[in-house]
Amino acid sequence: MKKQGLTALWMLLPAVLTISIVAFFPLFKTFYDSFYSFSLRPGSIRQFVGFTNYERLSRDPRFIYALKNTVFFTVVSVFFETVLGTLMALVVHQKFALRGLVRAAMLIPWAIPTAISSQMWRWMFHDQFGIMTKICEVLGIIQPGTPILGRPGLAMWAIIFVDVWKTTPFMAILILAGLQIIPKELYEAARIDGANAFQRFFRVTLPLITPTIGVALIFRTLDALRVFDVVYVMTRGAVGTETLAVYNRHVLMDRAFTGNWFGYGSAISVAIFILISIFAFMYIKSLKLKFD
Amino acid sequence: MQKKVVAKAILYISVIVIFFWCVFPFYWAFTSSIKPDRDLFKENPSLIPKRVTFINYVKVFSDRPFHVNIMNSAIVALATTFFSLLIGVMAGYAIARLKFPMKALVMSLILAVSMFPQVSILGSFFLILRFLHLINTYPGLILPYITLNLPLAVWILQSFFRELPIEIEEASLIDGCSRFRLLWSIVVPISSPGLVATGLLIFINSWNEFLFALTFMQKPRMYTVPVAVALFRGASQYEIPWGQLMAAAVIVTLPLVILVFVFQNKIIEGLSAGAVKG
Repeated sequence: MKKQGLTALWMLLPAVLTISIVAFFPLFKTFYDSFYSFSLRPGSIRQFVGFTNYERLSRDPRFIYALKNTVFFTVVSVFFETVLGTLMALVVHQKFALRGLVRAAMLIPWAIPTAISSQMWRWMFHDQFGIMTKICEVLGIIQPGTPILGRPGLAMWAIIFVDVWKTTPFMAILILAGLQIIPKELYEAARIDGANAFQRFFRVTLPLITPTIGVALIFRTLDALRVFDVVYVMTRGAVGTETLAVYNRHVLMDRAFTGNWFGYGSAISVAIFILISIFAFMYIKSLKLKFD
Repeated sequence: MQKKVVAKAILYISVIVIFFWCVFPFYWAFTSSIKPDRDLFKENPSLIPKRVTFINYVKVFSDRPFHVNIMNSAIVALATTFFSLLIGVMAGYAIARLKFPMKALVMSLILAVSMFPQVSILGSFFLILRFLHLINTYPGLILPYITLNLPLAVWILQSFFRELPIEIEEASLIDGCSRFRLLWSIVVPISSPGLVATGLLIFINSWNEFLFALTFMQKPRMYTVPVAVALFRGASQYEIPWGQLMAAAVIVTLPLVILVFVFQNKIIEGLSAGAVKG
């Protein structure tokens, strides 16, 4: 028993060390830096400012705006991804020709780097030559000549659309895994009892995949709250699309080279960390981890 | 009978919609990359290219150091995959098979990292890398990538090790084999399917990562592929060479698309085993 503990220690040490040095130490340093005021210029002098950076947060309209945007993006995109993802999972759970091919195709949006697929979509949303712009014009969603990615409001919807495109198939694959472990006998029993297709769905399928959907949903929420790539590539956070991560990087990496903004940027990082920790805690709880 | 036909029709229409939903942007990028500029920049784009040219595929390598970017990505992703698996195998095995105190706490700490908002360590990690002179270097990117992928690796591998028949391990332990020998000469070889599944996910994650690469690689020659594509510039700031950009996008996503078709079962296995994304 004692010997096992020692072996375990040696086996875990590389992982624990890497994680401590590359994740926990910088995190601690972010907390520490958030109480100071300094810049990234060489020779910048650190000044202890206490909670000033945090007080500034509540008065920074750009931070509040980014927070609102992030919440809006998260709620809307996760909603569509969950609903469409469930529908998609139900479809590909059926038997049909070339099922393997279709399921492989569903991995493509997930496998392509977001930064690159966002560029593909940016071309499709091009104000003059974009096919999506053309389609939206024909469908009467926009007036001819409207630059979708240059219009406040519209630009955010385009970003949400791209995220839904990328993540819905991924959600579907996770939910499909939940569908596949439902025993067939349950459906047969329900059918013998005279349940029709709708009843079978709402009384058998849905209750049994709800836990899977729940886990996927919280997980997606965590991801959506830290959204960066798609926003940065599509609009750089312009036209009212700035999210927390985009604003945070702007303060840390652009502003902090010219003024004493690094401490304030760290305070934003801490705020994002706390926001996400709440959901991460829910996620870990929902997994019901047990280790013997 | 008629009801069945209608149901089949609805099913196949849905399947076709799903298929096109997933592959259309990729198809569109491909056709855009082989259209000559006079067809590309037209108000009414055609779905099937009328004229075909491969000039964009030549220009993307001659106008910019794109092959260097591809190499950067390959080096970083391969190194990350190797080291994450190496470290992850040991930690995963310890969690799956050994008894030690505070196991739940250790696992929770490792899992917690997978939920870290990357941006919350972005600034301080930049300072650390600058202090160590590791900005614009491979180790400066590989190191954080290993950490980003370790939780996923440990999580999937430990669930995989749990499924292995324990009898083989017990027999070799009785024969006086040490745990480390056992791990490397018996457990790892029989777990190669699990290692492949995990390795694929790590490779794809590292190949795709954007935020750290954008921040820690600041010289164009050190850019990884996603950064190079995201910061694509033409002769002037306002003129983006879209044909070239789409060619670049196709070149670097084609291997991923092939990977997905070849290894779809492995990838899905890994995704659902972890139910975690990097």
